[in-house]
Amino acid sequence: MPADGGIGASTKRREDVRFLTGNGNYTDDINANGQAYVYFLRSEMAHAKINSIDTSDAEKMDGVIRIFTGEDFVEVGGVPCGWEVTDRFGNAMQEPRHPILAHGKARHVGDPICAVVAETLEQARDAAEAIELDLEELPAVIDMKSALAEDSPKVHDELESNLCYDWGFVEENRDAVDEAIKNAHHVTTLELRNNRLIANPMEPRVAIGMFDRTTDEHTLYTTSQNPHVIRLLMGAFVLGIPEHKLRVISPDVGGGFGTKIFHYAEEAFCTFAAKAVNRPVKWTCSRSEAFVSDAHGRDHVTKIELAMDEDGNFLAVRTDTHANMGAYLSTFAPSVPTWLHGTLMAGNYKTPLIYVNVKAVFTNTVPVDAYRGAGRPEASFQLERVIDKAAYEIGKDPIELRRQNFITEFPYATPVAVEYDTGDYNATMDKMIEIADLAGFEKRAAESADNGKLRGLGVNCYIEACGIAPSNLVGQLGARAGLYESATVRVNATGSISVMTGSHSHGQGHETAFPQVIAEMIGIDPSQVDIVHGDTSKVPMGMGTYGSRSLAVGGSAMVRATEKIINKAKKIAAHLMEASEGDIELKDGQFTVAGTDKSVAWGDVTLAAYVPHNYPLEDLEPGLEETAFYDPANFTYPSGAYACEVEVDPETGKVTIERFSAADDFGNIVNPMIVDGQVHGGIGQGIGQALLEQAVYDEDGQLISGSYMDYAMPRADDVPFYTVDHSCQTPCTHNPLGVKGCGEAGAIGSPPAVVNAVVDALRRAGQDITHIDMPLTPSRVWQAMQS
Amino acid sequence: MYAFDVETPSSVAEAVAALKDEEATALGGGQTLIPTLKQRLAAPEKLVSLSGIAEMKGISTDGGVLTIGGATIHADVAAQGDYPALAALAGNIGDPAVRNRGTIGGSLANNDPSACYPAAVLGTGATIVTNTREIAADDYFQGMFTTALEEGEIITAVKFPIPEAASYQKFDQPASRFALVGVFVAKTADGVRVAVTGASEEGVFRWSEAETALNKEFRSDALMDLNINAMNMIGDLHGTKEYRAHLVKVMTRRAINAIG
Ligand SMILES: Cc1cc2nc3c(=O)[nH]c(=O)nc-3n(C[C@H](O)[C@H](O)[C@H](O)COP(=O)(O)OP(=O)(O)OC[C@H]3O[C@@H](n4cnc5c(N)ncnc54)[C@H](O)[C@@H]3O)c2cc1C
Repeated sequence: MPADGGIGASTKRREDVRFLTGNGNYTDDINANGQAYVYFLRSEMAHAKINSIDTSDAEKMDGVIRIFTGEDFVEVGGVPCGWEVTDRFGNAMQEPRHPILAHGKARHVGDPICAVVAETLEQARDAAEAIELDLEELPAVIDMKSALAEDSPKVHDELESNLCYDWGFVEENRDAVDEAIKNAHHVTTLELRNNRLIANPMEPRVAIGMFDRTTDEHTLYTTSQNPHVIRLLMGAFVLGIPEHKLRVISPDVGGGFGTKIFHYAEEAFCTFAAKAVNRPVKWTCSRSEAFVSDAHGRDHVTKIELAMDEDGNFLAVRTDTHANMGAYLSTFAPSVPTWLHGTLMAGNYKTPLIYVNVKAVFTNTVPVDAYRGAGRPEASFQLERVIDKAAYEIGKDPIELRRQNFITEFPYATPVAVEYDTGDYNATMDKMIEIADLAGFEKRAAESADNGKLRGLGVNCYIEACGIAPSNLVGQLGARAGLYESATVRVNATGSISVMTGSHSHGQGHETAFPQVIAEMIGIDPSQVDIVHGDTSKVPMGMGTYGSRSLAVGGSAMVRATEKIINKAKKIAAHLMEASEGDIELKDGQFTVAGTDKSVAWGDVTLAAYVPHNYPLEDLEPGLEETAFYDPANFTYPSGAYACEVEVDPETGKVTIERFSAADDFGNIVNPMIVDGQVHGGIGQGIGQALLEQAVYDEDGQLISGSYMDYAMPRADDVPFYTVDHSCQTPCTHNPLGVKGCGEAGAIGSPPAVVNAVVDALRRAGQDITHIDMPLTPSRVWQAMQS
Repeated sequence: MYAFDVETPSSVAEAVAALKDEEATALGGGQTLIPTLKQRLAAPEKLVSLSGIAEMKGISTDGGVLTIGGATIHADVAAQGDYPALAALAGNIGDPAVRNRGTIGGSLANNDPSACYPAAVLGTGATIVTNTREIAADDYFQGMFTTALEEGEIITAVKFPIPEAASYQKFDQPASRFALVGVFVAKTADGVRVAVTGASEEGVFRWSEAETALNKEFRSDALMDLNINAMNMIGDLHGTKEYRAHLVKVMTRRAINAIG
């Protein structure tokens, strides 16, 4: 073993058996004895003063157990923010209180005002209709730039303004960058919007709170990507429940894409209410509710300038971004437009001077936080778009302009505070050119023209920082959490293994990929290894899954714990074979003594560990179980080159994606098939952002695209068959697996490729178009062609 | 949803009787009505399901007229071969789940301004048959979500005189995939008919200037000098008024070209 099941094998995902046969165990599948249901009465106004709430009639209705309002939560903490950003003047960001239920004011459509707990959901809804709300509508703050005007109404009256922070990075470079741009031979400027998205995981959020009066123990079942983070935030900061009295379980979770990282008010509500009414309390989010209560993503308005010398060498980049925070600060919201965005602004290029300014703004909209890629897609999009525009302006081939500015020596310290450990951007570019058959483009373009279609080609590179993150570093940057990961490897007496990991799988395939690593290390069949995750009472405190960190950080913790296991097992084997420990080798599940034919099997050693009759008890504890906490030394830096070919129907403006090729460098690969799937999914979401998806508010703060009638999700026929390749591998230098992470790459690399391609198609048709804002809907493309 | 009762009559007469009750509403395939109920936007006390009425189901052709029972599902219309343009239209409504529940009667009673069937009915010059009368297509559609149907009146069948040739060209709204603009062009015994759905604030309409031009000369070039007034067009997130007006012309041209 395990050539067929270890590292590098495209093992089929074992979890799919239960998912595809309808046997998954999702939070909504869980029902507690005697559970009650909660219905949240949410604000239909974007901004309103709550004059009064009369629940007296509603309380008398059938089945009502109790109705809660903001008043019931004044004694407990608000929903906390997990990251404090310091502004460019050295001041802490403005951080408003985020009450569990709106108190005093409602601040976005969907802000929960009352919670009705009843015997059935229908009874709770009936009672909610009988609540008399006296709301006084206030002018809504929607547009970010107007929100910063002197005379703008304020989302939070207790704050000085709607500005959360004005962040500058690297502040010391500000003047030098200004100077470089002023004196540059050529400066390309691009203004753009990174459209607001709604993640739409297939499974909506669910929470079930329970309380055991005999033990004082709370249990929360929730659809979370990181149950321990919820336990810490909710236990310590909201409800004041000590962690040994609070168990958080996230069983099967049907997709997250970031939006299930955050601690939400509904989780705290169900936990609180279960004790208050002495009944389990269940909430299942409806799809309509998800649109106005799940954190949204992106929503940046940006101006980027790229300065070049006469040969096209990049001299400086300056960006100015307004980032929408929504009405409250969601858990990691402040970090997204800052540390996850500004630090990536070097991209794959050796631009010496970079300055990033970000103004984060409160508006009367749903809170905005991390969504697949989180900050890095926003960085990559503007940079790759401005480079494309620059190439056009100075008449250079976009690939050559990129190559000429590539970073080619590693490690490379960027001017935006990160150090890329490895990479080979020319290699991925070469690979992309090959798999995308760029040589055949002109022929295909001619065929398209014969069919009355305009064909365009978009290429771009991307880099991301993932495998987040070194705890001491993020601590300095304002994180209120560590970002290590944990694993306990428990070897059973007969040699099978349970791995308790702090990573959380909600579609990523950990149950398949993680065992492949252990199987490889020990030389046993992967079926002997099972993964346990998602329950704070079972796994050591871990930080969960996001930022493409599971294998790079969680997998590394697992490797470290397994190394400890192997070390101890070798000691036992040495004892059994009466050899010296230094001579023991482990291969294919057999311990051997170098230079002899002595051997003892893995199972014999594990049995000896638990039945320690013949065992060095004076030197070694019995048992075979080890825990490791792994804190990464650096981020990992996956990178790649993408190519997209589109056809534009000049009569209707409709864009179809004809070819899409992705050459990624993810370092070492554990399961190529799962990596393919991650890239496919990421590109699908990126195409969704580029062509289809947009969360749009009107000026009154109503979400116009508040259902699938108006919010366009990508469907199978919106995406092509992808050509993906990850044979370019420069292994990460600082984690034991040499892996970089692949979860977000597709979503980061694809939007600029699509937009570059559409702009290229229109330019080839003689249109003087330099940019169209996403999503490139037929009507927008047509409109652009009219002017 | 609020609680309601369901009745399942097996004849039109029983259904009509059941619908006399003021609080009763007819239920076709439920593809529009059930989501409305789920959102508590309607609160009928009783649903009268039409799907068990045999006389309202099925498709037959007689003397050049295709008759479709009012409770016939889209999938069945898509499968018939006597009127290919109509089959193609039905086969492109929604997804398989919608096509296997949704009915022609439900679609026409609802008269969504972006629905497909209204374009076919108006474009073919079909006749709506109800439990009390026959209504010509030109009299039936009276604006967005408004029809000539009286309270409790049931569409029992639709009669399509099969045209010489016809084509429906639909440009999908990207999210819902209803028609952002759909144009149905038919060459009928009484001349060319052009019906447009998805585009107008007034619901489905006939583009009479195009009909006149095409009756003179059935070529897409005949439309060259025509322009549709954008004023009454729908303008929304998915397309401005001008874009819709433009698409009407493009889709009409494509329909003409498809007919050949
Ligand atoms: C996801 C999705 C996609 C869709 N896409 C399209 C599309 O692309 N194009 C399109 O045209 N439509 C589309 N539809 C609508 C679909 O065609 C519906 O089936 C149709 O609008 C309603 O038909 P129904 O039989 O389901 O009616 P119901 O929802 O049951 O009823 C609708 C209304 O009609 C009344 N009614 C029903 N039957 C009769 C009758 N025989 N006589 C009198 N009144 C009656 C009901 O009382 C109700 O008021 C889509 C629907 C969905 C859910």
